[in-house]
Amino acid sequence: MNWISDVVRPKIKTLFKREVPENLWIKCPETGQMVFHKDVEANLFVIPGSEYHLRMAAKARLASFFDGGTWEEIALPEVPVDPLKFRDEKRYVDRLRDARAKTGAQDAVQVGVGTVEGSTVTAAVQDFEFMGGSLGMAAGEAIITGMETAIARRTPFVLFVSSGGARMQEGILSLMQMPRTTVAVRRLKEARLPYIVVLTNPTTGGVTASYAMLGDVHIAEPGALIGFAGPRVIEQTIREKLPEGFQRSEYLREHGMVDMVVHRRDLKATIARLCRLLMKQGKPVAVDRPAQQQPALDAAAE
Amino acid sequence: MPRTGPFETDNPGAPYRMRSYLDFEKPVAELEAKVEELRAMAEGGSAVAIGDEIARLEAKAQKALADIYANLTPWQKTLVARHPQRPHFVDYCAALIEDFTPLAGDRKFGEDEAIVGGFGRFRGESVCVIGQEKGATTEARLRHNFGMARPEGYRKAVRLMEMADRFGIPVISFVDTAGAYPGIGAEERGQAEAIARSTEACLALGVPNVAVIIGEGGSGGAIALATANRVLMLEHAIYSVISPEGAASILWRDSSRAQDAATNMKITAQDLLRFSVIDGIIPEPPGGAHRDPAAAMNAAGDAIAAAFQDLAGLSPDEIRSLRAEKFLAIGRQL
Repeated sequence: MNWISDVVRPKIKTLFKREVPENLWIKCPETGQMVFHKDVEANLFVIPGSEYHLRMAAKARLASFFDGGTWEEIALPEVPVDPLKFRDEKRYVDRLRDARAKTGAQDAVQVGVGTVEGSTVTAAVQDFEFMGGSLGMAAGEAIITGMETAIARRTPFVLFVSSGGARMQEGILSLMQMPRTTVAVRRLKEARLPYIVVLTNPTTGGVTASYAMLGDVHIAEPGALIGFAGPRVIEQTIREKLPEGFQRSEYLREHGMVDMVVHRRDLKATIARLCRLLMKQGKPVAVDRPAQQQPALDAAAE
Repeated sequence: MPRTGPFETDNPGAPYRMRSYLDFEKPVAELEAKVEELRAMAEGGSAVAIGDEIARLEAKAQKALADIYANLTPWQKTLVARHPQRPHFVDYCAALIEDFTPLAGDRKFGEDEAIVGGFGRFRGESVCVIGQEKGATTEARLRHNFGMARPEGYRKAVRLMEMADRFGIPVISFVDTAGAYPGIGAEERGQAEAIARSTEACLALGVPNVAVIIGEGGSGGAIALATANRVLMLEHAIYSVISPEGAASILWRDSSRAQDAATNMKITAQDLLRFSVIDGIIPEPPGGAHRDPAAAMNAAGDAIAAAFQDLAGLSPDEIRSLRAEKFLAIGRQL
């Protein structure tokens, strides 16, 4: 023991830590232009000008979708934490804790019930910000709960999905979410309720190979990466450069895997219209927008 | 056992003649080499009585083998599961299914031989049999695309399952794949959707289905055929969300950490039974299924028969709902 080892590090830094917002300016990943963050937020996280669709956090997504930006949050079941006692470069429990601190959410999927242009809809968002939106036990249970809620309340189910695939830290138990969620999809279909999937950037892996490709209607946001195997895996397997636009929304529409590619600003109106048609509800009495845009029809008429 | 159908084997008996050893089997390899040497000496008319010595060494080799296989690490099991001489789908078909009549094509785009399927007779009764075939020779491996199916394979599986359902014929699937094939064409034609539909088709079956993971159960490519009333696994088979190499390169950014990944991911039959992900383990002969394929395949046959026995007399609705509830229960009590 001496003064060298006893030295007390100054803690002033932590006392006076200032909350400096880091991303006042957002760079468009496509064009590189810098845009003020408030302009991006006001534009539903789409870069004005380039129309690049940035990822949207779960809460912002639900707020933009439901009337008045309000909804009833559905409580999600608790799941066993880290049954595999998984550890890679970091312990899984630590990764989970970090993701929770970063996002303020318990796991990757959140579920809400609210009205959309006056009609009640159950919606779930799979948030890429939470460990790449990976599908583990919690996310699986949340999707199942969301679909069960839709059945109990006789509402359509809308899923905004974004995920890198299965959560590897949960091993086989994450793989089991594929058949488990498919059971719920089947029940939703047996209940004759519309299931609309909105594929956002990126959606790959086990998520596409289960509930994300089993919707009645598949809508994709422009330019989203959607596929089973990631582009890197394919490149390594076939040792070829992939074609331009491969596995993007527009490519999937061309290949018959999605019904339409819809700009984020038109998503709500498109989904609301589809829900009304499939639920055999009349036209809404009053709409926010005076002249209803029908971009999906334009796209289909190409 | 003679094949009774028009189905041809890729490699009649040949792979089982010459034995190849895995690294960790070295002590056994040495003992068995010594036995062979002594045998050659005995045949050569050597005067010394070496019969006893041969018997002693053989017993020793057997014991070493049993010891090694009783304590395989998850990575060693991965190697055993991928052993080139391990019995494949076509071998199980030949051993267990009479009158096997393979059917081809998805009626949409093409025929994918990575998944083989058709109808046959299992212990006297009509069954639908579907599974991935990896191939045993270079030519067969290429033809079967190493057991990595494209969308057509899964769509053919869906077609066969729907047919089985309509005729009230139970379904057996043999799962052995590193995963679904990652390629441009496969993506173009909707690999993800094809897998999802196949899983859905399994869940829609009003007839009982039994899945046996005979080698590698690789991710979504496996689950598409393994969503069954009873999921059985060979003692040294593996079943996982991603290959140990894949997990290592993503999580550790170093594919040489595959051994750690294998251990961490809990991919062995013993672990999966503990998590109630599978319903039973089929014992393998000492030294693994490749040492005595007939014994392993017979054990699988008995386990399949017992599983169907369990499911006998249920109505289609009961069969569907028991299957659905079984999967929903996974992970809820750990």
